[in-house]
Amino acid sequence: MNAMTLIDRNLHIRAIDTYVDPTVPRARAIITHGHSDHARSGHGAVLATADTIAVMKTRYGEDCAGSFQAVAFGESVVIDDVTITLHPAGHILGSAQVLIEHKGQRVVVTGDYKRLPDATAQPFELIKCDLLVTEATFGLPVFQHPDPKAETARLLRSVEANAERAHLIGAYPLGKAQRVIRLLRDAGYDAPIYLHGAMVRLCELYEERGVALGDLRLVMETSKAELAGKLAVGPPSALKDVWSRRLPDPVLAMASGWMSVKQRARQSGVELPLIISDHADWNELGETIAETGAGTVWVTHGREDALVYYCRKQGLNAEPLNIQGFEDDGGEGEE
Amino acid sequence: MKRFAQLMELLALTPSRNRKIAALTEYFRTTPDPDRGLALAVLTGALTFRNVKPALLKETVLAEVDPHLFALSYDYVGDLGETIALIWPHHGGTEELPRLSDLIELFNTTSKHELPALIASLLTRAQVNERWALVKLATGALRIGLSARLAKTALAEMSGKDLQQIEEIWHGITPPYTELFAWLEDKGEAPLIAHTARFHPLMLSNAIDEEKDLASLDPRDFAAEWKWDGIRVQLVMGQGGISLFSRTGDEIGEAFPDIVEEVFGEAVLDGELLVGHAFDPLPFNDLQQRLNRKVALPKHLKEYPAFIRVYDILFDGDEDVRPLMWRERRERLEAWLARNPQTRLDLSEVIPFADWQELAAIRRRGADENGHEGVMLKLKASPYVPGRPKGLWFKWKRDPNVVDAVLMYAQRGHGKRSSFYSDYTFGVWAGNEIVPIGKAYFGFTDEELKQLDRWIRANTIGSFGPVREVRKELVFEVAFDSAQLSGRHKSGVALRFPRINRIRWDKPAGEAGTLEDVRALVPAT
Repeated sequence: MNAMTLIDRNLHIRAIDTYVDPTVPRARAIITHGHSDHARSGHGAVLATADTIAVMKTRYGEDCAGSFQAVAFGESVVIDDVTITLHPAGHILGSAQVLIEHKGQRVVVTGDYKRLPDATAQPFELIKCDLLVTEATFGLPVFQHPDPKAETARLLRSVEANAERAHLIGAYPLGKAQRVIRLLRDAGYDAPIYLHGAMVRLCELYEERGVALGDLRLVMETSKAELAGKLAVGPPSALKDVWSRRLPDPVLAMASGWMSVKQRARQSGVELPLIISDHADWNELGETIAETGAGTVWVTHGREDALVYYCRKQGLNAEPLNIQGFEDDGGEGEE
Repeated sequence: MKRFAQLMELLALTPSRNRKIAALTEYFRTTPDPDRGLALAVLTGALTFRNVKPALLKETVLAEVDPHLFALSYDYVGDLGETIALIWPHHGGTEELPRLSDLIELFNTTSKHELPALIASLLTRAQVNERWALVKLATGALRIGLSARLAKTALAEMSGKDLQQIEEIWHGITPPYTELFAWLEDKGEAPLIAHTARFHPLMLSNAIDEEKDLASLDPRDFAAEWKWDGIRVQLVMGQGGISLFSRTGDEIGEAFPDIVEEVFGEAVLDGELLVGHAFDPLPFNDLQQRLNRKVALPKHLKEYPAFIRVYDILFDGDEDVRPLMWRERRERLEAWLARNPQTRLDLSEVIPFADWQELAAIRRRGADENGHEGVMLKLKASPYVPGRPKGLWFKWKRDPNVVDAVLMYAQRGHGKRSSFYSDYTFGVWAGNEIVPIGKAYFGFTDEELKQLDRWIRANTIGSFGPVREVRKELVFEVAFDSAQLSGRHKSGVALRFPRINRIRWDKPAGEAGTLEDVRALVPAT
């Protein structure tokens, strides 16, 4: 059996009848991380990191799968003659790449990943392999993410310059929100940060699992006047929601890799785009593919065309995966 | 350049008009000449570079980036300038970019063959946001949602001067506008501009609300004219020569030498530019052959000679007659034309009518028989007021024609709509096949746009570059002002001003309209 028959294009590991990040309920699933385009409820047995299992239970309920098996990073699980090992992907808390080994063949499924430092996620590890299944969320050369510290500094300058207005940051409630809060804390911002109700459970979970986020309060429990000059964090949808009227004349900010495209920012009414991404940018994708030494690359979750083209130009075998149930919605999926 | 880049970014991203004005005012107040005047020229589109063109920038980038990856990126981003700024692969910005005036000087003085190297080095030196502003500056396609009028409003606000006065001076002055700023800051006199060389902002009409307006207006107070289906122009004739301006104040004389070379006299006239022989207007489609060309083709001059149907006079000789009432200006206009009989100017007739019912009937007949767009109503006692004053001029458009058409192809929009399939080609039945009859990209709400985009993505049966072919299943009710015969379209007809009136999610494609339905709406000539 070679690497290409060990796993198929639906990320089904045939020898042990197990799927990676299946989009429909399966008897056995390995889950890379807790975002809903990777982690769904209703599987039989789930194997994932303890952090990811905690995220799934928080989002979908204690009984969202038949059973759970928590695996530490670097710890191998042998099933028949297939060995499964999870390695950090650097995407969000607990996010993992899956290494599948069988008779000397090595397959890595990256899930979502990034290589820039992030105090809320275990840092990415590079794994050598024969077949790499990589994400391609930002798989176009226009995506070259800047240093998130510089983006945080820009945000803080804007807060300082608009003392009478609040800043509302749209951030995906799992991962991005906690990362933004942590970036602010690490930049020395220790004032209370105000949350939309939808962020609370996951922020608490991060705190429980050892990621300190500082003084967090609820927008709902704070008067409008008090919020002037302050920072609030809500899900991206909250930017347009009537909820945002609780804030005094808010500067609408959005933390996302998509924000590098100004026309996109304008289109979503964002006044302060913050290019803070939890995904590898174009250059990181290219470097990672080269460094894994993989001769074959399967590309999924994003702009497959460009990355497949690029890989082929580098002399690699490359194919797009069109995983059932995952459709390109034009970009703004979970991050 | 750093400050200019910040200003550009703020203008692009701030939805609030007042904040845009505040940012502009602040910039003009604190930036020295000539940078502020040059920035104003860039923002109002008054500055273009002879050799720095989008094609040159693209070429510079394609020397560094794979063309296929560039094409995929452009398709995704939807804006050439922004694609170039984002994709540029070299970042070495430690040395600051030159100030705006030096940069513009560099663009103007660098030879064509040295420009790519200059642009490459500037792009590499720039910070991300500067790179974006730099490309926007170089290509001239700003797309930051700023109108020239807003920039002038900021000038009025920073100085307390009258906006109208700024607009009048505007067309007679050139960048870097040093005398303008001196006057705005009370350090100099208002720049003196000969009226004959400049554009005078136009008086515009409001659409009539048949139920509300007609009941309250007295028909005896109004004059009616046909609404001509051409382009609005202003003809300025005087000692300084002859200028022909579009409604936005662009000089278009070079494209219409047949007019500019034959007219004579001294006046500023307002009218509709049309094409046709012996003052008999041809359909707009024919006029279109002559638009958006820098110079006229001899063939076009012969087949589609241009003339102006005049309806107002702003200056009679060098006398400003704008304060006079419409009826007095009309007398002046008729007298002026009688004194200066012309081969390229004729008078727009005044339609006699007794009451609104009669005018409504005339309007309907004019639409059906002659394809007129509608009628204009002008208050006889009104002076010529630039802008769109309420209650003085009204347009009363004909009722639109409608046809149910089937969506055939969709293309991604540009700019703000770059992620949406927002340009639609639709067709009607000709026997057993559907033939395209037109394209529309507005008439729907943002919410409907999202639904359409989803439907298109789910019903694509083929794609060619940026175009998707979809299942022939979705029906649009398309409204349009008129239908004309056209040899350029496979269907043989062209629609004037088509827009999506309604999306008929409920209607099966089999019940859509036919080519015969559309042909029946072409006015007999």
